[in-house]
Amino acid sequence: MCHGWQTGKAGSVGAHFSMMSAIVQFENVGLRYGLDSETLSDISFSLHAGGFYFLTGASGAGKTSLLKLLYLAQRPSRGVIRLFGEDVVTLPRKRLPGFRRRIGVVFQDFRLVPHLSAYDNIALPLRVAGMVESEIDAPVTEMLNWVGLGDRGQARPATLSGGEQQRVAIARAVIGRPEILVADEPTGNVDADMARRLMTLFEALNRLGTTIVVATHDLPLIAQVSAAQMMKLDRGRLSDPTGSLRYPPRQQVSG
Amino acid sequence: MRMGVDRRAAAAARHRLLPEGRVAGPMPWIVAIMMFLTVLSAAAGLGLNAAVHSMGDDLAGRATVQIVEANGEQRARLAALVTERLRRIPYVRAVQPVDPAALIEQIRPWLGQDAASGELPIPALIDIELTSGQAEAKIDHLRRQLATLSPKLRLEPHAAFLQPVAGLLSSLGWLAAGIVLLMTLATGAVVVLAARAAHDGHRGTIDVLHLMGATDVQIARLFQRRIGLDALLGGALGFAMALLVLALLGARLLATGSELLATVQLPWTSWALLAVLPVGGVLLATVAARWTVLRSLGRLL
Repeated sequence: MCHGWQTGKAGSVGAHFSMMSAIVQFENVGLRYGLDSETLSDISFSLHAGGFYFLTGASGAGKTSLLKLLYLAQRPSRGVIRLFGEDVVTLPRKRLPGFRRRIGVVFQDFRLVPHLSAYDNIALPLRVAGMVESEIDAPVTEMLNWVGLGDRGQARPATLSGGEQQRVAIARAVIGRPEILVADEPTGNVDADMARRLMTLFEALNRLGTTIVVATHDLPLIAQVSAAQMMKLDRGRLSDPTGSLRYPPRQQVSG
Repeated sequence: MRMGVDRRAAAAARHRLLPEGRVAGPMPWIVAIMMFLTVLSAAAGLGLNAAVHSMGDDLAGRATVQIVEANGEQRARLAALVTERLRRIPYVRAVQPVDPAALIEQIRPWLGQDAASGELPIPALIDIELTSGQAEAKIDHLRRQLATLSPKLRLEPHAAFLQPVAGLLSSLGWLAAGIVLLMTLATGAVVVLAARAAHDGHRGTIDVLHLMGATDVQIARLFQRRIGLDALLGGALGFAMALLVLALLGARLLATGSELLATVQLPWTSWALLAVLPVGGVLLATVAARWTVLRSLGRLL
């Protein structure tokens, strides 16, 4: 693999928590669209650098809204959000791109650029970051091969199946080696084997220090990552089954 | 060499971020029409301005002395005296008595055969041309000199005859300048609308780029380049068509053989100004597109 994902130090995610700092902090966050009632209410939690988190909840519970706040597509109506130690709610607009480049996102609806090939879609984050063209080809080709689309690099999204589009979306999200990877139902359109491989990739990234946040309904998927922690949203309110996500923390989790 | 190739590859990759659709859209054609009309208006304004100046320079130093004397013999004597006096004045460059026979020929269509009977008191005319500069002062001085010779002498500066024509040409010139200004504003407005439409049409791509950390300037560059290229294409087409029309009009003007129309000519400085118009159009389009897209992006998170 490029970027040396498989060369990272393997080990329990939870084992490192005690030494890790909070990379994401939500403090009494509320989100309201227009004049409607709050979609998210009193959300408080902290995620540690290098952690692996699942976000679950019924449809309409607010998972996607919470992820939007996390990947800076939305500002909260109230409360404080700190990413990488900085308050991003009051952050000037011009500083947001720098934060966004540190977050990879797998959108639920993929959001591939329809007129770009699979190759160019995957290369997008590297080009946005200003990487020189000669250094782009190797990682993009390797990512294409890894997601099993080595021979579909020049295909447009419209000619790809739902599963193939999702794989391109995942490749695009992880190619820039983000510090936080946010995935919204990343295995919704792939078969069980591909879902397993994706989780293996996410775990490999996690072992390299990337914080992973996956919103999913897929309970077997959650069971696959034993060291992961789970957040559950219920009608816009967060329950924390493990208790370790609470901010301020109620207890530290140690290995 | 490698860096050059890399830069070109990077530029090509950037350009692919917006779907290619040049010429297919209305923008280049609208800009072509705008540029065509702008260049024609500007050429008309510059041509009329040149004509007014040329007419002014040409006529400012010319005048006609009228000898209004009913008696033919006295009129001829007075004409000879005035001609002789005028030739002695240093700032009078040329003195040309108008041939009475030619004068009668000119007024025959209105007065018929009676014009040549000698019974009509047709004034004698003497055309004069002054040396260049200070035309008004020289005319005033000349008028005083003639008054000392006889009260029957009248001095008519040619500039006074054509003052209304010059005024009309000048007004038309200003009108043309106003049209150029309005066309410029309209072009800017069209670009703003096109940029907004393009921005809205590519909202999905923009959102994705934003969420990947693209800056507003990075995104605006994509649009300003695309719209700048459209404006370049449309501007070049409109400019070429306008040049063709101007060349045809010029040929027609020369064919009339009219002295007045022949003054409507464009000096090289005017051609240079016209050549700047497409360049200005591209700059205007680029800046307007950038401004519009940056403003639209500024409303997003």
